[in-house]
Amino acid sequence: MMLSALFFYLFAIMCVGAGFMVVAAKNPVHAVLFLILAFFNAAGLFVLLGAEFLAMILVVVYVGAVLVLFLFVVMMLDVDFAELRAGFLKYLPVGAIIGLLLLVELVFVVGAWVTAPLLVSDAPTPPVAEVSNTQALGEILYTRYVYLFEASGLILLVAMIGAIVLTLHHKHDVRRQSIAAQVGRTRETGVEVVQVETGRGLK
Amino acid sequence: MYQAIVFLPLVGAIFAGFFGRFVGDRACEVVTTTLLFVAALLSWLTFYQVAIEGLDVQIELLGWIHSGALKTFWSIRIDTLTAVMLVVVTTVSSVVHLYSVGYMDEDPHKPRFFAYLSMFTFAMLSLVTADDLVQLYFGWEGVGLASYLLIGFWYQKPAANAAAIKAFIVNRVGDFGFALGIFAIFVVFGAVQYDTIFAAAPDQVGQTMAFLGYQVPVLELICFLLFMGAMGKSAQFLLHTWLPDAMEGPTPVSALIHAATMVTAGVYMVARLSPLFELAPYALAFVAIIGATSAFFAATAAVVQTDIKRVIAYSTCSQLGYMFAAEGVGAFGAGMFHLFTHACFKALLFLCAGAVIHTLADNQDMRRMGGLRKVIPFTWVMMLIGSLALTGFPLTSGFFSKDFIIETTYGDHTAVGFYTYLMTLIAAFLTALYTWRLMFMTFEGKFRSKPEVLAHVHEPPWTMGVPLFILALGALFAGMGFQHLFIGADQVAFWRDSIVLPEHANHDMPLWLTLSPSIAMTAGFLIAWYCYMWNPLLPFGLAKRFPATREFFLHAWYFDALYDFLFVRPAKRLGYFLWKFGDGKIIDGLGPDGVSARVIDITNRVVRLQTGYIYHYAFIMLIGVALLITYFIVSGGGLKP
Amino acid sequence: MTIGLSHYLTVAAVLFTLGIFGIFLNRKNVIVILMSIELMLLAVNINLVAFSSFHGDLVGQVFTLIVLTVAAAEAAIGLALIVVYFRNRGTIDVAEIDLLKG
Repeated sequence: MMLSALFFYLFAIMCVGAGFMVVAAKNPVHAVLFLILAFFNAAGLFVLLGAEFLAMILVVVYVGAVLVLFLFVVMMLDVDFAELRAGFLKYLPVGAIIGLLLLVELVFVVGAWVTAPLLVSDAPTPPVAEVSNTQALGEILYTRYVYLFEASGLILLVAMIGAIVLTLHHKHDVRRQSIAAQVGRTRETGVEVVQVETGRGLK
Repeated sequence: MYQAIVFLPLVGAIFAGFFGRFVGDRACEVVTTTLLFVAALLSWLTFYQVAIEGLDVQIELLGWIHSGALKTFWSIRIDTLTAVMLVVVTTVSSVVHLYSVGYMDEDPHKPRFFAYLSMFTFAMLSLVTADDLVQLYFGWEGVGLASYLLIGFWYQKPAANAAAIKAFIVNRVGDFGFALGIFAIFVVFGAVQYDTIFAAAPDQVGQTMAFLGYQVPVLELICFLLFMGAMGKSAQFLLHTWLPDAMEGPTPVSALIHAATMVTAGVYMVARLSPLFELAPYALAFVAIIGATSAFFAATAAVVQTDIKRVIAYSTCSQLGYMFAAEGVGAFGAGMFHLFTHACFKALLFLCAGAVIHTLADNQDMRRMGGLRKVIPFTWVMMLIGSLALTGFPLTSGFFSKDFIIETTYGDHTAVGFYTYLMTLIAAFLTALYTWRLMFMTFEGKFRSKPEVLAHVHEPPWTMGVPLFILALGALFAGMGFQHLFIGADQVAFWRDSIVLPEHANHDMPLWLTLSPSIAMTAGFLIAWYCYMWNPLLPFGLAKRFPATREFFLHAWYFDALYDFLFVRPAKRLGYFLWKFGDGKIIDGLGPDGVSARVIDITNRVVRLQTGYIYHYAFIMLIGVALLITYFIVSGGGLKP
Repeated sequence: MTIGLSHYLTVAAVLFTLGIFGIFLNRKNVIVILMSIELMLLAVNINLVAFSSFHGDLVGQVFTLIVLTVAAAEAAIGLALIVVYFRNRGTIDVAEIDLLKG
């Protein structure tokens, strides 16, 4: 118990710290790296909660693909290292108030719910049947929630097409191969016999 | 037949006015002039029937207003007074129509002109054939409208437009009094028909009514208010300012409207209501005083004018004063007789002046005329006849009518009568002076302008000459021929009930009295001869020595300037203020302009919310979310503790 | 002490708030905004998984999977937009993106 609590606090504090640094970092590459750190720690939290499949998915898909994509874009664009401008301070008081208000409310909601008798239990429940998280997810994902699954697949397809459509830069002066044209070449179109005069050349 | 007299000019007006564009100028001219000549012929027939043979006519055409106690009708009433006016109006109108065919020959808007002339004639005829005061007022306003349209006929001239508006507004001041008079009559008598009023009038002598906080005698008040209308319409002293400016209109207009017919509507009205006026001695005295003063005042102004038409205009004002002076001392018949003869010779003078102006390429300044006698002798003879009649040369028509008025005013033997006599006598002297001055400056001496202009001077065409001839006949013989009917031995049988006749026949006048007008006339002639033929430098010398006096008379005793200062400028200032401030700032400012300006203000501020920065938008969304959550927490929204 | 549901939820709340701060307090560039969105989505995921675990109901995790998918798609499209915008405008400085200004 102690250990899990310790790990929880470790992961939690590092996650929150990394999140803060994402916002506060000057160098955008640093910001992306801090975001990666935050996700790693969140994955740790997931493991503590018994959702190891999701934790791994988080690391593989989210960190490995999406955040690397972020890194690509950040490095590709010519982004300036901007200093914190004076305008920051203008919004800080109001922003801080609003943020704190939201935080308090969220905690308040949680607190109100927790002190209610609706509370089921205070400790993480181990899975009822001794199946792994992956298997348990697989059992319901492809049966009861197959529609959601297919729909999310479609979303990904549309996103892919959208990204390509937005960013495709069709260059007209790039020479490309047309395989069909190459294969469809016949003797008439491919070879031409020319009588060349001695010492004169082709032109 | 009687309906034809009144409505044929209307037919002509509608024809020329609405169809002129389709039928062309010549058709309009011919149709309107012919219709008018037919009406004139019928008028003379009517005159013979009604006035000579004594067959009065009263026809009710159509009911007009039936509202409670007020009943008015469209009707035609022809008694002797009306018959006289019918003859005058239609004859002068028909010759003016014919004259206009020649005078307006080069004008591009002939149909409009003839339509207006005929419309004016119709309004004047409905005025004189009215059987109640409301139809009279209709005709009154109608001639005012026609006058406005005709004075401003050449509407592209700003001076003409200004003159037209001035005429209309000054008339309106008089008409306001006139309307009040009609209202007073209705309040007192309960009806507006002449016969009803005249029958009930003697009962109202001595009655009083409340007016502006005072108790005033009823008949005096009514007659005074009615005379205010006459003062405006007939351009008498105090409401005269429009008449000289009305000369901006074409000369036929001046001849018809401002000499023979419209301005005489006031004289006719006083004569028609003579039973009322006879019962209101103070009002009658006021009529006489105003008339006499106008006669004198206008004559002084005419002596120094340089525009030929203005001289004749002031002369008209003066002669109308004679007519009112006669009516003011109870000699309504004499006033009407002078109206009759004056129509002939004044229209003649105007038309001759028009011929002169026309032939001198629209020059109206007498200082640039001269020596025309040998070049246009026919015009000279016509104008001479008119001048002789105007000054009252023996045996011309003016001699019979004008001199009779001067004698009658003395014969009244009252203080008012004596004042009137004095004024009219001096005016006679001045009349001769300015008339002969006009003749000498225009026709005698050397031509004082460019020789090319003199080369083009020619006699008028027959369309302009025949009317002159007809009117000259009237100017010469109308007096002799009709004197016995109007003011002589047969007047009782002639007038019968149409006007009030003096109770006693004019007793023998002392010889000096009958000769005094002729002496005045001769004196004027001699002085004019001396100043303009014998010693032409004398007027210039006098003008140099007495410049203030000359200016005083030239500007007609500065009444125009006085009215401008007292009424026109304050009215303009008030109008400007109401326009800029009342209308502009307040109504527009609070209404459309104000609303639109506020909308623009507010939108400009609201627009600043759209900064374009997405994080601002996200911020706002966040604030919204926070508020929403707060609301739900506070209100409990479904979450049960 | 026992780590209860509320601990996890608090963590998630804090992460969420940090993400929100990141959106409108950043003066640097638009990529930070996208990253803040990812942070918020992470917070939501933690929430969902925590509830799923403490209730014994696997629906939360299924939902998390879906959220993950959608987040990935959205990140891809967002980055593509930024790339195209950068190509056209030459900058992704937040202060200079104000074409929506009315």
